[in-house]
Amino acid sequence: MADTEHFFTAAGAHRAGIRSFGNKVLNVVCVALALLTLIPLVSIVFLVLKNGLPLLTPAIFTELPPAAGQAGGGFGNAVVGTFQMVGIALAIAAPLGILSAVYINEYAPTSRLSNTVRFVAKLLTGIPSIICGVFAYAVIVLPKTGLIEAVQGWREGWFRDIALWIVTSLPSGFSAWAGGFALSILMLPTILITAEQALLGVSKAYREASYGLGATRFQTIWRIVLPDAVPAIMTGIMLSVARAAGETAPLIFTALFSQFWAQSLNEPTASLSVLIYNFSTLPYEHQQNMAWTASLVLVILVTISNVTAQVVFRKR
Amino acid sequence: MSTLSDEKPAIYRAGSRPGRRSPDLFQVLCWVASVATVATLAWMILQIGQQSWPAIKEFGLGFITGERWIPNRDQYGVLPFLLGTTISSLIALLFALPLGLSIAIFLSEDFLPLPIRQVVRFTVEMLAAIPSVVYGLWGIFVVIPLVQQWGKWLAKTFEDVPVLGVVFDGPARSNSMLTASIVLALMILPTITAISRNALVAVPATLREGSYALGATRWETIFGVLLPTAAPGIVAATILALGRAMGETMAVAMLIGNSDRLTWSLLKPAGTLASKLANEFGEASGIQVNALMYAALLLMGLTLTVNILGELVLRYTQRKTAGIR
Repeated sequence: MADTEHFFTAAGAHRAGIRSFGNKVLNVVCVALALLTLIPLVSIVFLVLKNGLPLLTPAIFTELPPAAGQAGGGFGNAVVGTFQMVGIALAIAAPLGILSAVYINEYAPTSRLSNTVRFVAKLLTGIPSIICGVFAYAVIVLPKTGLIEAVQGWREGWFRDIALWIVTSLPSGFSAWAGGFALSILMLPTILITAEQALLGVSKAYREASYGLGATRFQTIWRIVLPDAVPAIMTGIMLSVARAAGETAPLIFTALFSQFWAQSLNEPTASLSVLIYNFSTLPYEHQQNMAWTASLVLVILVTISNVTAQVVFRKR
Repeated sequence: MSTLSDEKPAIYRAGSRPGRRSPDLFQVLCWVASVATVATLAWMILQIGQQSWPAIKEFGLGFITGERWIPNRDQYGVLPFLLGTTISSLIALLFALPLGLSIAIFLSEDFLPLPIRQVVRFTVEMLAAIPSVVYGLWGIFVVIPLVQQWGKWLAKTFEDVPVLGVVFDGPARSNSMLTASIVLALMILPTITAISRNALVAVPATLREGSYALGATRWETIFGVLLPTAAPGIVAATILALGRAMGETMAVAMLIGNSDRLTWSLLKPAGTLASKLANEFGEASGIQVNALMYAALLLMGLTLTVNILGELVLRYTQRKTAGIR
């Protein structure tokens, strides 16, 4: 009884006062901590704009990076390189991811293979991006270096020359191919998981109606399910593009960097993210400013793909 | 989502009844893609394992306990980097966990009107979208000067304190474990916030109402009911964020100072497995490549283990909250 009555005693009122006070203090602390996170973001956005905007001219997209200590120039080749490698990655990861999603959601949703695919996709999202780079290095860069060394060890002659020419023109070595391949592994799980969610979101009634009209399963998937899921699938693709475009770790030792316009996909290729990394550690102010401008361009690109993903393709 | 997948099989089974339709070409294509996806992970593990085999044979377990990394003398030990990866991630977690949890609580409660909460939520999502190199660049120009100021003070203040004296051992440098950890904390904040928030939102409203009905204040309800119920989800968030922190490369490589020395001081340059890979792979040759592959294998094993653990906890959580409902 004493328990229920303590509100009416002096001591009870005192305790209730402390409880209410403690509650208010914690309210303030929690709100303050939450608003604290705004500071770093505001700081990043502010600095990227302040340091990046002065050099943001049309010329920066058409000129080549300046040599160390030199003024002027741009990073046109890095912008092109980033698009090339993200394009290669997309060409590999999108079909693989979407087809896998179709299989695990449409053909065999409960099979052991499907559950394994879901688990592997989860694991792939957790793999550090640098490991993707290491993998691409092992698969694409190393074999070519090994082959070239082996062929160079042959007897001199036209046969060696031809072999050397073939080996050096293989799609490998430090190249846009290697960088794109590394990025594709990074993109695959994002595309796969969002595509599965997209297919899950297609109304059951559509499928039933399609089957009811006598359509085969392929017709149902191809003409009914996939078209309805396209916007959501595109969302996943744009999100993965946003992430891949900003990645550096998979590129630094697969695509390396280049001061020049790439003549083919078979040679070291510049990218915005690697340019930021390289220039940020140089002791020259102009190069550092260029790193900020590249950051600005990169953040704009990433934001555009994110916003496209959220707004344009989200109809449901 | 769970309700959707629960009703799913019936209709599909109708379509895939044996003998009704033979597999078409498209199905085969999709099957091949699925197998290829699974094979990718297996191929990664095999390929990196195979490339690191010469180094595993050569150095064995001494590679893990070795304190020196001197490619010129073919001497390879990753202990400093292994510790660097572990310590920098744990310190980052130490910063990010209270902050991330506060934001998660803030987002799931109604302290401030919805528009403000949405701004905070958008901010956290933006933090997740900013590329790692941009964090690194920002760290160079903002966090490094800060640590430069405070590091000296920390080193001087804790000089004679038993444990902290080692942790804050001077002379303080700006490219240090502390700098990298602070930026790492920001980078894993979105992961912690998003998963913890989901766990908090999933707590049934009846539990909260029951607590309020018994006369508990808001924070008594949060500490007594909401957090304990959401605990497994928060643990999962922490573990997954740890995995992310361990694999984070570029920002760390730009800020940690890339030293090969073993150190326990947060104010001195250090290195992580990932930053070591980033710095050396481009120019590596011979057995050095194999040693780096061995280091990559360790990093992959470490992050895979942590992620599987986090995923298992998350699944356990989902089963458990489903039970409460």
